[in-house]
Amino acid sequence: MPKVKVPRKSTTVDMTAMCDVAFLLLTFFMLTSNFVAKEPIVVAIPASVAEIKIPERDIATVLIDKDGKVFFGLDTQQDRKELLKTLGLAFSVTPAFDEKELNEFSKISSSGVPIEKMHAFLALKPDARDSKDAAIGIPADSINNQFKEWMKNARKINPKLRLAIKADQQTPYKVIKRVMTTLQDIKENRYNLITSLKEVHK
Amino acid sequence: MAEMQVEDKGKKGKKPKQKKHATRVDLTPMVDLGFLLITFFMLTTSMLKPQTMELIVPTKDDVKEEDQNKVKASQAITVLLGKENRLYYYFGAQENGVDPELVLTDYSSSGIRQMLVKRNAEVVNNVNQLKLDKAAKKISEEDYNKKLSEYKAAKSAPTIMIKATDDSNYKNLVDILDEMNICSIARYAIVDITPYDLGLIDKKTPPAK
Repeated sequence: MPKVKVPRKSTTVDMTAMCDVAFLLLTFFMLTSNFVAKEPIVVAIPASVAEIKIPERDIATVLIDKDGKVFFGLDTQQDRKELLKTLGLAFSVTPAFDEKELNEFSKISSSGVPIEKMHAFLALKPDARDSKDAAIGIPADSINNQFKEWMKNARKINPKLRLAIKADQQTPYKVIKRVMTTLQDIKENRYNLITSLKEVHK
Repeated sequence: MAEMQVEDKGKKGKKPKQKKHATRVDLTPMVDLGFLLITFFMLTTSMLKPQTMELIVPTKDDVKEEDQNKVKASQAITVLLGKENRLYYYFGAQENGVDPELVLTDYSSSGIRQMLVKRNAEVVNNVNQLKLDKAAKKISEEDYNKKLSEYKAAKSAPTIMIKATDDSNYKNLVDILDEMNICSIARYAIVDITPYDLGLIDKKTPPAK
């Protein structure tokens, strides 16, 4: 019996279609993504059934960790730069922050350094800033309430700003109360408490 | 296909005949790169936006003593957030020197929620019906919102005063605000705790061993 001749076929597959798909997906992800902002501390947020989504722009985030350290972040680089500039003036920091320091600051999404230590902090290398020792928190007690100044100036820079409070589950109520009283003092009375989604069990 | 036909002009010139080159490019590395980037973007993005709970508190200077409308004792429920996730509540206020009964409960659905739903039964029923209607598309979004606020403002609805002790934590606060949401209670306020309330808790708590 004569053998059936199997025609030899080349094993190269046309990659064009696959390439198309890959880049289509890539484009999709690039357009829909907003990056996870780096936060100086890990915060375990509580869950709630609230379904309101947080707006994308004009957000000032107040981060509070479980030891009661307060961090403050604005959403655009321009605003952050402006913030440090006005803060420098408000606390009459000498020497004033130079352009390089302002630029460095604008890259940090959320910061919590007392103003007197800001020079030293900005001089650090970016990866050294994430260390635990660098995350001091903004003083927000009755003796030294720098947080109030931060918020006041942020409001001046962007009047449309909305306040989001992102606090750890285990934060003592005392700290929350202190922050809220500070905010009430400067007539900030609308907050968004950031929570994760939870189902209602009936 | 990523292939172009290179025409062979076939001129019988003196020029040496150019070899036919297929311009087919191997796209495998490009696909690799594409998927690598996709992976990167998938891992670094947060697709889920966090939820928020809106909270509006009065500013300090617009609350004057005489402006404060006193809450009717019959409708007032005071909720006290204690330490170690303990939760207490009492109805009304001190009357003729008799302390209201302080009840210990918890944050579960069989705890505080049961009590709130019971006290707010009328509103809860109305709101549930409304939600069903909305799900069945019987009413428009506008009507829904209008009716919702109408129902929530019902006179029979209780007024909750949330008083957190310094020993409670943020989760407790969010939990209790969440219960307000679930039980469709529109009238609630976060109030500073008074020594009287602390005293009530002390009396209720068994002495430490």
